[in-house]
Amino acid sequence: MRDYTIFIPEYIAAGSAVAIIGLELFMPKFRKDGLAYLTALAAVAWFVAGLFFIGKDPKSFQGLIASDDFTTYFRLLAAGIVFVVALMSAHYMRDRTKTASEYYGLMLVGGCGMVYMAAATELITAYISLELLSFTLYILVGYLKRDNLSSEASLKYILLGAFSSAMFLYGMSLIYGVTGSTTYAGIAEALSGRESGTDPAVIVGFMLILAGVGFKVSAAPFHMWAPDAYEGAPMPVTAFLSTLSKAAGFALILRLFSAAIVVDAAEWRWAVMVLAALTMTMGNLIAIQQKNLKRLIAYSSIGQVGYMLITIAAIGYGDPQGGINATSGLLIHIIGYVASTLLFFTALTAAYNKTGRDDIDGLKGLAETQPFLALVITCSLFSFAGLPFFAGFATKLFMFQGATTSETMWVVGLAVLNSFISLYYYLMIIRQMYLYEPVGETARWKVNPVLGGLAVALVLAVLFIGMYPGPAFTVSEEAAKPLFEPGVATGMARVP
Amino acid sequence: MTFDEGQGYVVLATMAVPLVAAFLLVLVPGTQKMWVRYISAVTGAIVCGLSIYIFAAYQVDGSHTQMTLRWVWVENTAFLGKDGVTLYLAVDGISSTMALLTGVVAFAGAIASWKIEYRNKDFYILYWTLLAGVFGTFFSYDLFFFFFFYELAVMPLYLLIGVWGSTRKEYGAAKLTLMLVGGSVLIWIGVFATFHEANLGTFDLPKLWAAGQDGTLSPTFQKTFFPMMVIGCGVLAALWPFHTWSPDGHMSAPTAVSMVHAGVLMKLGAFGIIRLGIQLMPEGAAFWMPGLMVLGVIGAVYGATAALTQRDMKLISGYSSVSHMGYVLMGLATMNQIGVTGAVLQMFSHGVMTALVFLMIGAIYDQAHTRDMKDFGGVTRVMPLWVIFYTIAGLANVGLPGFSGFTAEFHIFVGTFKTYPVFGGMAIFAAALAAGYMLRLFAIVFFGPMSPRWSDLKDLTALERLSGGMLIASIVMMGVWWAPFTDRISSAVTLLPGVTS
Repeated sequence: MRDYTIFIPEYIAAGSAVAIIGLELFMPKFRKDGLAYLTALAAVAWFVAGLFFIGKDPKSFQGLIASDDFTTYFRLLAAGIVFVVALMSAHYMRDRTKTASEYYGLMLVGGCGMVYMAAATELITAYISLELLSFTLYILVGYLKRDNLSSEASLKYILLGAFSSAMFLYGMSLIYGVTGSTTYAGIAEALSGRESGTDPAVIVGFMLILAGVGFKVSAAPFHMWAPDAYEGAPMPVTAFLSTLSKAAGFALILRLFSAAIVVDAAEWRWAVMVLAALTMTMGNLIAIQQKNLKRLIAYSSIGQVGYMLITIAAIGYGDPQGGINATSGLLIHIIGYVASTLLFFTALTAAYNKTGRDDIDGLKGLAETQPFLALVITCSLFSFAGLPFFAGFATKLFMFQGATTSETMWVVGLAVLNSFISLYYYLMIIRQMYLYEPVGETARWKVNPVLGGLAVALVLAVLFIGMYPGPAFTVSEEAAKPLFEPGVATGMARVP
Repeated sequence: MTFDEGQGYVVLATMAVPLVAAFLLVLVPGTQKMWVRYISAVTGAIVCGLSIYIFAAYQVDGSHTQMTLRWVWVENTAFLGKDGVTLYLAVDGISSTMALLTGVVAFAGAIASWKIEYRNKDFYILYWTLLAGVFGTFFSYDLFFFFFFYELAVMPLYLLIGVWGSTRKEYGAAKLTLMLVGGSVLIWIGVFATFHEANLGTFDLPKLWAAGQDGTLSPTFQKTFFPMMVIGCGVLAALWPFHTWSPDGHMSAPTAVSMVHAGVLMKLGAFGIIRLGIQLMPEGAAFWMPGLMVLGVIGAVYGATAALTQRDMKLISGYSSVSHMGYVLMGLATMNQIGVTGAVLQMFSHGVMTALVFLMIGAIYDQAHTRDMKDFGGVTRVMPLWVIFYTIAGLANVGLPGFSGFTAEFHIFVGTFKTYPVFGGMAIFAAALAAGYMLRLFAIVFFGPMSPRWSDLKDLTALERLSGGMLIASIVMMGVWWAPFTDRISSAVTLLPGVTS
């Protein structure tokens, strides 16, 4: 029997998306920030609906889509990100556009794309979910169509994104050609059932898939689109890109790599490790030279992707328990990273709404003119750098610890070195805010209460995760377990 | 709740009180500068009182670790087994001494910063956060929290020096922060490797120490990672050749930060070498200690020589700190009872003595706006009390009997002569150089003709006298009645693995 109930949370999200677009269609005068609050409300409903799935028995939909704790984890994360980004956009979009319903609608749809990237247990479903998210992002990045930078960013993102999708598809077709199955379970069965050595076509397939998803999460050397897309996109979309699309990419990678191709880990784990080393080093070294905050965060998040990729390599090197360890570490770091990034962009959006500047010099003297925002930005940067009290310390420590195996030790060492390099450019931002006097107007100004409240809530979240990581870590472990236990979640028990 | 556990809450309070104070200060409006000062003074007094209590209540003939408090933080999740991460606080002989040092210097620094007008609220928030980190590191018996608090103590320094400092403050702040965090990169790696190698699923330090002694951490592993841990911590302890942040950082830092930094923070580095080096990797220590001895001696002689050539008073003290921390490292490297005891005594002695020196330099710099000793002369005539205080600090620095420096250095030299006579001789040479640079400073600054430009310098304020008085009391107490210190320290030192009696 087909169980459609596992889609209920996304019915809510997608239904709200349609309703919001319809609302503006029939009431063009509807307040644009009102649409943002409606979207946030829809995200809350989506989140609450998602809560009912916690700890339930895993279910599979035709062997294509799994509903388990891993899916639930990303479902709640998606709803949370959409909630924050919608509130972040309220003021920003009202000042810049006349029609905003598509913007908010697409955001909800993109969130659904992320959920099914996490839930997919079959290649084509995974690909469609990935494209659903990618297409919403292409539009969102270019949403300010009168802004040349925004349009340019969108075009560049579409061209490179299409290229990476093609690589992903090619890799998929090679794997299908050898294994004769598109389901993860089928692929795993076919790969482990072979008698002779690995078919070169499979290795090429792995590499193409790795390159394809590498593009999506902006791993070096496939990161070229990220800085331009980040810089050109509207500020809240940059936040959306650097949190939701990254988390979604890792959701897909985790399920695909742990369920389908972990049996042939020897063929790809070294490549992931090299990719990780390259990504974090390039991201952090190039970030040092940046003058624009969005570009800097783009490179800094490339660095973060490098750290996260180590855990994927560690899954390849470890036994199932090692896989759970590494994945729990990655998932808790995703929570910490998402919270810190959203915090950073909330504060930056508030500052941008006032000053209209997104370069590092634009923050000069912020500690005088707006000490609260300066403090908030400092918190988020310290969290990125992994300093204690903030989420980044605990989550990074757990992630690196989980990813430490005898083989990955050297990349973990490199990652720690890289996070030291990153502290340098974070300090350069902090220096602008605290060590210099403001230029121009020096009077104190007030922060929009919605953004201020959001920032306070996120600071508390970042501090809570940093000081008491227990609950977040338990949740991460629960979400990681289904990936490594044979059962519905990996698509093993298919409903005929 | 047992009495010991009740005392554990006292230990917890040393971290909680500064953090609560920092939080309270966030709520106080920045314009209420006096309220900020009152809160900080009260916090300093409480913290100082708590640490005196911890020092006094530590039972020398009791069990090795006392005042234990354990709160399970995260366990049985993923790679964390039972007691994965625990907030495990306890006091042993070494940390009880360090607690006293921190409490005294924290209080002295808090009242010495009374004069700060520019954003003093932000200053004290960072100051108390830093001290919570220092206390936490001294008391943590869990590797996760040890490292947590260790980083917490380093984190606020960039802003403290960058915003409130003087003389090339941006350069000094960035250099100091980057070098110290660079050192902690090595500790991070060491932590990951240790946890993975021990494979116990816990960050509990006593269990990891046991693993280090029974060979769960293999000798090869210990020999590989001991240098990482020691260099990582050693950067903070101004281990030559990683000391270069120290003179620049001290020169740029505001008075109270110099006091706390030279007085307490540098000791965290040496303390880390004991906890993560000697206790965690005894095999590695046995293998590498001669190397540490060589670096320690070079640091001691080099620091003293460099101090001889400087004109900026803070730079002289900065290099003198390098020299004295060299003694500490030498004491640790002897790996015998008396030498290691001497190292910990020196940590205390150098802490209070150098805090006093920086307090005095701050007292004159705030009025004269120069620290170049060639600018001064005959200051005795206008600031007699200042001269007396500075002289006491200077003589303790040189190691005159009756002051703390003598007690500490005597232990270290005896310990060094036992194992490495040649290096013992070089250390005494460095002590002679110390007399040289101190007396040179005294002669130029205190005596000789007085420039009329300094005729309106004011002597120490009441707060500076209080602050300095506490430090002098500590210096003299250790100099004349050292039994309470040596009893506590040696009770802990005898239990260190690999230390011969």
